[in-house]
Amino acid sequence: MAQLTFREAIARGIAQEMRRDDSVVMIGEDIGAAGGVFKGTVGLLDEFGHTRVRDTPISEQAILGAAMGAAMTGLRPVAEIMFADFFAVCWDIVVNEIAKSRYMTNGQMTFPLVIRSGNGGLLRFGAQHSQSVENWAMMVPGLKVVVPSNAHDVIGLMAASIRDNDPVIFLEEKALYASKMEVPDGEIVDALGTAKVLRQGENATLVALGNMVPRALQAAERLEQEGISCTVVDVRSLVPLDTATLLREVAATGRLFTVEENPRLCGWGAELSSIVSEEIFYDLDGPVVRITTPHIPLPAADALEDLAIPSVDRIVGTVAKAMNS
Amino acid sequence: MTTETAPPSSLDLEAKLDLYRTQVALRLFETRAYDLFLENLVKGTSHLSLGQEAIATGFAAAMKKSDWTFATYRGHAHTLARGVPMTPVMAELLGRANGLMAGKGGSMHLTSVEHGVMGSYAIIGAHLPIACGAAWSAQYRGTDQVAVCFFGDGTTNIGAFHEALNLAAVWKLPVVFVCENNLWMEYTRTSEVTAVQNPAADRASAYGLEGIIVDGNDVEAVYEVARTAMARARAGEGPSLIEAKTYRHGGHSRADPGKYRPDSEVAEWLGKDPIPRYRTRLLEQGAGEQRLAAIEAEVAAEVEQATEEAKAGAMPGEDLLMKDVWADGGSSWRN
Repeated sequence: MAQLTFREAIARGIAQEMRRDDSVVMIGEDIGAAGGVFKGTVGLLDEFGHTRVRDTPISEQAILGAAMGAAMTGLRPVAEIMFADFFAVCWDIVVNEIAKSRYMTNGQMTFPLVIRSGNGGLLRFGAQHSQSVENWAMMVPGLKVVVPSNAHDVIGLMAASIRDNDPVIFLEEKALYASKMEVPDGEIVDALGTAKVLRQGENATLVALGNMVPRALQAAERLEQEGISCTVVDVRSLVPLDTATLLREVAATGRLFTVEENPRLCGWGAELSSIVSEEIFYDLDGPVVRITTPHIPLPAADALEDLAIPSVDRIVGTVAKAMNS
Repeated sequence: MTTETAPPSSLDLEAKLDLYRTQVALRLFETRAYDLFLENLVKGTSHLSLGQEAIATGFAAAMKKSDWTFATYRGHAHTLARGVPMTPVMAELLGRANGLMAGKGGSMHLTSVEHGVMGSYAIIGAHLPIACGAAWSAQYRGTDQVAVCFFGDGTTNIGAFHEALNLAAVWKLPVVFVCENNLWMEYTRTSEVTAVQNPAADRASAYGLEGIIVDGNDVEAVYEVARTAMARARAGEGPSLIEAKTYRHGGHSRADPGKYRPDSEVAEWLGKDPIPRYRTRLLEQGAGEQRLAAIEAEVAAEVEQATEEAKAGAMPGEDLLMKDVWADGGSSWRN
């Protein structure tokens, strides 16, 4: 058992898999000698060498194209796109090529690859280095989408993603890289498509992802003091989506509040809200409420970014108002 | 006509007749495919290689069975040249369940992993980096496989071209990039929108590579240049960039009659049609009219049979619709 940061957990999860499987290789900008711009790959070059940890030019299409070509011919690449915003310059490879080629070839090819990327805001980086792109990825058939919220889950979900035979978009919340927790020693392997109930309550269910998970937990503690008892569920995996757990936990309290960092339109909470209303409508005691970033580009100034992204205060206020009305 | 082992340095008459047969097969297959569009049996779009057959043929002859082809949406010829049978390819164009991908890919995405045809890619430039990845995998695993990536002249102006060429050169990847320069993008002459005269070869120096130009309508010239590039890749000496000059006899796609091209230019290139040209050469070398005519008749019968088998194929149904989004064979995104 050791205190581990989220960023150390990234390297530990990848190293765990690289030790057991020679076909796991890494590709990305500054991932080797520099250990990643967010220091998520520190030590991997030293342990596994240049043939398995390959620094690239600033060429996102080449990075993901190469990962795809390697995956279709027997390797299990772990590619890094430094900031999730940069998916916009290589989205063709992700959406048109990686996601569709298995289906289009009638199953002739498999693409066991992981694309890691620094996601989300709260670091005051402005509109082009702060986006939460989970909803971009979620709407593309053929992509799995994983967003861990703590160091322990990072290791297990990284292992599960690398072992999975499908392409996984693995979004690392930049604002969580420095977060720490106790993590047991030894191998950790989790399962994709499993949400986690972090707290059980009676009156309302808060469903959150990534950066919003610790905020939802803090909000639940404050709401408890106001007499509103909340369940908190960490979605962890948008595709596949653990609807069994989510529907059960929403039905149990009769109220669903989604806490989403993505801009409002077509955020994952909209899909969840649709599933809930189609499948457990009569278990609901009130309307679904989505707490999201407004439909705006993210501003850089700390004062403005804090107004945009759901805060603990906003979550508490929104839930309390809805529950008391 | 992909070989098991490294291709020979000099072609005997039998090998030359194989080159002739393959070119005729590509020609007759695509001519038939075009007729089937006109009959509305082939839906959607399609892009023919009529006039460009020598490039697919010459390269396929220089490749080993374990090598990989990465083609574009103009990929019928490259797929067939690697030995994929005509029937599943024709059935794929017709959208039948006995198609190469059971109708799920269509004309622009022909793929046969079994034959080393690692996909036909319909977004300009996308497959250049993907070919790099396959080459990286061969390099990492220590196999002697080579990735051969075909693309058009227009591709040299998209970013992925630059990213892939640079990465391949820096990593010394066993990949051969082949620009089939047919002078026209879709409706625009490539030279009108390109800063250099030879869109691929003139840019090779930017990647520390030699600029190689070959007559793409001469199958033996293509074969020779392919052999050299494949050997270089296998020897660990890195990528090659080859520009093959050619011409498409028809328009860009089914919807395009190609009227924007001057008649004199079309006539000039029809005069350089790789197939009659090679036929004349083979006759001069003593192949004999009878043998060539027999090959042509055999291929025509093969096309006829493939057409009938494709037409007889069942329409794909719902069982295929929801299959193979994921590696487990399914399409479920939730529990």
